[in-house]
Amino acid sequence: MPIIEINNVSKKYNIAHRQRRYLALRDVIASFFQNPFRIFGGEEDFKKGEFWALKDINISINKGEIVGIIGPNGAGKSTLLKILSRITPPTKGEIRIGGKLASLLEVGTGFHPELTGRENVFFSGSILGMKKKEIEEKFDEIVSFAGVEKFIDIPVKRYSSGMSVRLAFSVAAHMDPDILVVDEVLAVGDAEFQKKSLSKMEEVTQQEDRTILFVSHNMESISRLCKRVIVLKEGKIVIDADAHTAIDRYLRSDHRTVGSRNWDNPLTAPGDESVRLLSIGLEGVEGEQKDSFELQDDIIIKVKISVTDETTPLTPFLYLYNESGEVLFSTTDELNRKYLKGEYEKKIVVPKNLLIAGIYRVGFFVWTKTVAKIRHIKEDNLLTFKVYEGPVPSVTPFYTSSYNGIIRPKLAWTTKAIHD
Amino acid sequence: MEIIIKPKKKFSWREIAEIWDYRELLYFFTWRDIKIRYKQTAIGILWALFQPFITMVIFSIFFGNFAKMPSDGIPYPIFVFVGLLLWQFFSASLSGASNSLVGNQGIITKVYFPRLLMPISSTVTQFVDFFIASGMLVILMIYYGYLPNLAGLLILPLLLLITFLISVGGGMILAAINVKYRDVRYALPFFIQTLLFVTPVIYPSSILHKYSWILAANPMTGVIKAARSAILGGSPVNWTLLAISGAVGMAIFMVGIVVFRNTEKYFADIV
Repeated sequence: MPIIEINNVSKKYNIAHRQRRYLALRDVIASFFQNPFRIFGGEEDFKKGEFWALKDINISINKGEIVGIIGPNGAGKSTLLKILSRITPPTKGEIRIGGKLASLLEVGTGFHPELTGRENVFFSGSILGMKKKEIEEKFDEIVSFAGVEKFIDIPVKRYSSGMSVRLAFSVAAHMDPDILVVDEVLAVGDAEFQKKSLSKMEEVTQQEDRTILFVSHNMESISRLCKRVIVLKEGKIVIDADAHTAIDRYLRSDHRTVGSRNWDNPLTAPGDESVRLLSIGLEGVEGEQKDSFELQDDIIIKVKISVTDETTPLTPFLYLYNESGEVLFSTTDELNRKYLKGEYEKKIVVPKNLLIAGIYRVGFFVWTKTVAKIRHIKEDNLLTFKVYEGPVPSVTPFYTSSYNGIIRPKLAWTTKAIHD
Repeated sequence: MEIIIKPKKKFSWREIAEIWDYRELLYFFTWRDIKIRYKQTAIGILWALFQPFITMVIFSIFFGNFAKMPSDGIPYPIFVFVGLLLWQFFSASLSGASNSLVGNQGIITKVYFPRLLMPISSTVTQFVDFFIASGMLVILMIYYGYLPNLAGLLILPLLLLITFLISVGGGMILAAINVKYRDVRYALPFFIQTLLFVTPVIYPSSILHKYSWILAANPMTGVIKAARSAILGGSPVNWTLLAISGAVGMAIFMVGIVVFRNTEKYFADIV
C-alpha cells in the first residue's frame, strides 16, 4: 500500500489572478457599470484566462522512497508540492497521504526579525508542525547544528544573514515526519554549511521508512539523494524512472534547447528605432551550429544587430542564466559606443572549462545609459543550451561528478614538493 | 492517520474541530503577536494604558465638561472609560483580525494550518491590552470612590465572550474580503469611527429617548450597557438587550466562519 497516492490531480489557475496582485472593489463596480449584464455572463470571461499548472498527474509513492522532481521553470513542480502540503487545493483529482507530512518550501518560514533566536526556534518549529515538547527536546541539537549558541538570546535582526539562514534550516532539518516535502532549500548558507546540510539530508534520507519528495534544479544533489526521479513538463509527467535514467534523459532531451533564433522581418525584430536584433546563435569552434556542449568545448555566441541611428550611444549586454534563473554573469564589450549605420556581428566566446554541467539560458540587452537608462533591446530568453560532461554522455554520466558549486572553472593548480 | 486532499467542497463543521488539534500553534501565534507588539517602542506595554486614558481625558473635558453630556448619574470619566475599554477591545480586534491574513501571507503561502487560527489568535492577543487597561479602571473607580458591584463582575466573562464573537466574526468576514480587495484597509478605520457614534460609548443610550431601540441592533450596545450596569451599578442589567447582543454576536460569528471557510481555498493563490 503506497504512502502517497496521487490520482488524476489537476490544478487550474486564473491568469487574471496571476497577473494582478489584487483587485480593487472599485474595479468590479466600474466594470459593472460598463457592462451591467456581464455579471450574468461572467463565467465565459473567466475561462479565457485559464491556465492549467498541472494536468492529470498520477504518482504512487511507497514508504521509504526518495523521489526527486525536476523540470523546467513553470513545469508545475512547486504547484504539486503546494497541493501536497495543503496550501492550495487541487481543482480535480484526489491525493491520499498515509502519514504525517511536513513541508519545507522555504527556509525560515515564520522567522521574525524582532524575536530572539530561541523564540524563533519555537515559533518556526511550531509552524512547521512540531510539538512544543519535541522542540524542547531537540533545542540544543538545533542550536549547535546551526552554530549560533552564543547568539541564541539576541534578536534575529542582529544576526548575519548566514546565521539566521543556518538557524532556520536547522529547525527544519530536525523535524521528524513520516513524509518530508522539500523545495530547493539546500542552496542556503555558505559552502561549508551547504555541505553540512546536504549530508544532514543524506542522514535524514537514510533513516528507515522516511519518505521524501524533493524538488531541485541541482542535478548534483538530486542524483546524490534520490533513487527515483520524476520529470514534469508543462504540467504533465514526461519521465518517471530511476534517477540515473531520468536525469540522463532529461538533460539529453533536446526539445528544450534553442540553438539559434533569427528574425526575417526587421520591423518586427526585437528593438526600436535605434537598433534591432537580427539573429543570435550558438556555434562550436568549427562554426557548426550547436545547442549542447561538452565541458571542454568553447561556446561561441554570435549576435547580429542592425544599427539605424548613429547618434545614440549603445551598450550591448549578454546575460547568462542558469537553470534556477540566477544570472550567472553579464558581459559587454564597450559601454556607450556610437555605431555607424549598418549591420554588425558580435562574437562572444564563453571559454571551455568554465560552466558546470546543466542547462543555461541566454539573454541579450542593448541600452543607452545616460541619466536614465533607455532600453532598446531587452530579451531575457533567447537561447537555451546545455553543457554536459564526458566525451560521450551515455558512457560517462556527468551527474555523478563530484564537483560542487554553480560553475566549474578550470584553474591553474601547481604542486610543488616540499623538502626540508 | 490518513489525510485525503480533494478539491475544496463547501464548508463543513467538522473542520472546525481541527482548530483543537492545532491549539498549540494558536498559542504560539498569540504568544508571538504579544511578544512583537510593543518591540522597539520606548514605553512598550504602557501604550495599552495611555490610549484609553488619554481618550477618556479628552472625552471628559469636551463631552463631559463642556457639552454636559448626561451619564446616567455616574461621574462621566468612569462612565466613558467603561465604554472605551470594551470599545477599544472590539475595534482593535476587528482591525487586527481583518489584517491577519494579509499580514501573514509569507506564512500562509508556505505552510498548512487551519487559516481560522489567524483571526482568532489576533483577537486573543487583544485581551492582554484589555486587562492592562482594566487596571486603570480600578484606579479610576477608587479615585471616584465607586465600589464595584462584586456580584455584577461575574457577568464580565460573558460580556467578553460576546465581544469576542462579534469581533472575530466580523474580522473573519473582513479578512476574507481583504485578501481579494485591499479596499478593506482604507474603509475599515472609517467604518470603525462611524460605528463609534452609533454605539453608546460617549453618550448613554437614554439620550435617544424613545428611539433608543435603534441602537439595540448594534450588538456592542447591549454589551456596553450591561458592563456599565454590572460594574458601576445604577440600573439593573438589561437582559433582553444583552440576549439580543449575544444572538447577533453568535450570528455574526457563524456567518464569519462560513464566509471564511468558503473563501479559504483561494487565499494562498491570491494573497
